[in-house]
Amino acid sequence: MMNFSGVAVLARGLTVVRGDRTVLRGLDFSVLSGRITGLLGPSGCGKSTLMRAVVGTQAKVGGTLEILGRPAGATELRPRIGYVTQAPSVYDDLTVRQNLEYFAAVLLPGRRNRDARREYVTRAIEDVDLASHADSLAGRLSGGQRSRVSLAVALLGTPEVLVLDEPTVGLDPVLRRDLWDLFHRLAGERGATILVSSHVMDEAERCHRLLLMREGEILAEDAPDDLRVRTRSETVEQAFLRLVDEADALQESRR
Amino acid sequence: MSSQPTPATLPRPAFAPSVSRTLATAARVLRQLRHDPRSIALMLLVPCVMLFLLRFVFDGSPGTFDSIGASLLGIFPLITMFLVTSIATLRERTSGTLERLLAMPLGKADLIAGYALAFGLVAVIQSLLATGLALWGLGLDIVGSPWLLLLVALLDALLGTALGLFISAFAASEFQAVQFMPAVIFPQLLLCGLFAPRDTMQPVLEAISDVLPMSYAVDAMSEVLRHPDVTGDFVRDVLVVAVCALVVLALGAATLRRRTA
Repeated sequence: MMNFSGVAVLARGLTVVRGDRTVLRGLDFSVLSGRITGLLGPSGCGKSTLMRAVVGTQAKVGGTLEILGRPAGATELRPRIGYVTQAPSVYDDLTVRQNLEYFAAVLLPGRRNRDARREYVTRAIEDVDLASHADSLAGRLSGGQRSRVSLAVALLGTPEVLVLDEPTVGLDPVLRRDLWDLFHRLAGERGATILVSSHVMDEAERCHRLLLMREGEILAEDAPDDLRVRTRSETVEQAFLRLVDEADALQESRR
Repeated sequence: MSSQPTPATLPRPAFAPSVSRTLATAARVLRQLRHDPRSIALMLLVPCVMLFLLRFVFDGSPGTFDSIGASLLGIFPLITMFLVTSIATLRERTSGTLERLLAMPLGKADLIAGYALAFGLVAVIQSLLATGLALWGLGLDIVGSPWLLLLVALLDALLGTALGLFISAFAASEFQAVQFMPAVIFPQLLLCGLFAPRDTMQPVLEAISDVLPMSYAVDAMSEVLRHPDVTGDFVRDVLVVAVCALVVLALGAATLRRRTA
C-alpha cells in the first residue's frame, strides 16, 4: 500500500469554469501516493475548487484528472476517497457517535459489517481525540470540535486518498500540532495519500510536498526544502512571495 | 490522539446498491427527529387540535364537519410532510452533508427512499391519531372503511414529502422554504373542493383544479365518506395521487446533483 513512487492524483490541463469565470486555468500537477501534499495559496485562488474537482463534486471540469488511475468522479472511487469540506458537514442534531454511525453505515452497509463499523467509529473518534464528547450533540460542540467530527467522518473506512480543505483553520496551536501529527501517522502508518489545503504558510513546513497556487494557476510544485533552496528563501512564505513577484515581472515584460 | 495501526482485518468499503443504506438513512432521519421532541409534538398534535376546533366550529351542522373533516384528514399529512421535508432537505443541502453523502457510495434513490420511509412512518402515526380522534372522539360519520382513509392519508404524506424535496432545490434559505408553503399549497387548498365543489367553480379554475394532485386526494376522501365499497373513482383518485407522488419524487431526485458549480 505504501507506494512512495506512485502517483495518486494526476492532472493535465485541468480547467474549471464557474459561471463565466475560469477558476482553474490548465493546471498540470501530480500528488504522490502515501505523502502529504500541501495546497497553499491566498483565499479565493481556487484551492477549494481544485479539491472539489479531485473528489468529483465539481461541475464543468475540463482536461485530464485521474485519481488512483481512474477519472475523477468515477463511482468506484467514492469509497476510496475521504473528503472534508471547509465548513464542517455533520448533522448538528445528532451526537458525535450517531453522526459517525450513520456515515459508517453508508460506507459499509449491512448486518454482517456491524462489528467492523463499530470498530471504525471507535477508531475515528479516538483519532480526532473526541472520546470524551462522543455522546454530545454535534451542534453543542465548539467550532474546532465540530470540524474534528467532520474530519473523523472522512477517516471512516480507511480511505486511500484524503482530501482536506483547510482542516486546521480556527484551531489553537496545540490542536493544530496534534492534527498534523495525526496526518503524518495516517500517511506513515496507514499509507494514506493526503492533499491538504491551507492559507497559513507556516503549515507548509510540515508537508512532504507543496503545490503553491495563485489566481487559478500553479506557481510551484516542489518539496518545501527544495523550494526554499531554489528561491534562496528562509521560509516557504518568502519563497511564495518571491515566486509571485517573479510571475508578475514576467507578465509585465510580456506586455 | 491515539496511534493504533490499521486493523488489517477491517473490510474496505465498496460501492454496491443496498437496502440497508436506505434503512440507515431512515433511521438517521428519525434519530434527528428524536432530538427534537417539540417538533414531534407539533407534528402529531396540531392536526388533532385543528379537528377538535373544527368539530365545534360546525357544532350546528354535523354534515359539514363530516365532509370538511374527512378532506382535512387527507390535507394535514400533505402540508406537514411538505414543510418538514422541504426544511430537512434544505438543511441537508446547506450544511454540506448532502455534498458529503453524494461523494460517498450512497445512491440518490437510497437517500430519497430513506427520507420517504422516515417521514412516511411519522405520517402513519399522525394519521392514526387524527383519524382515530375524528372517527371515535368527534363522531365523524363515514360510510366506507377507516383503513381507506388511512391509505389516502399515507399517499398524501408521500406526495407532501415529494413536493417538499423538489421545492427545497429552489429555496436558498429556510426563510424562502417556508414562503414556498403558501405558494405551492394554498392554491391547491383553494381549488381542491374543500371550500366549494369543484364543478361549481369558474370553468378555468375547475380545469386547473383537474390537474392539481390535492384535488384527487380530497375526492378520494369524499368517496370513502359516501360509499361503503371501494369505487372506481376512488381507485382512480388514489392512483393519480400515487403517480403524482412518484413523478415529483423522480423530479426531486433529479435536483440532487453530485457535481455542482
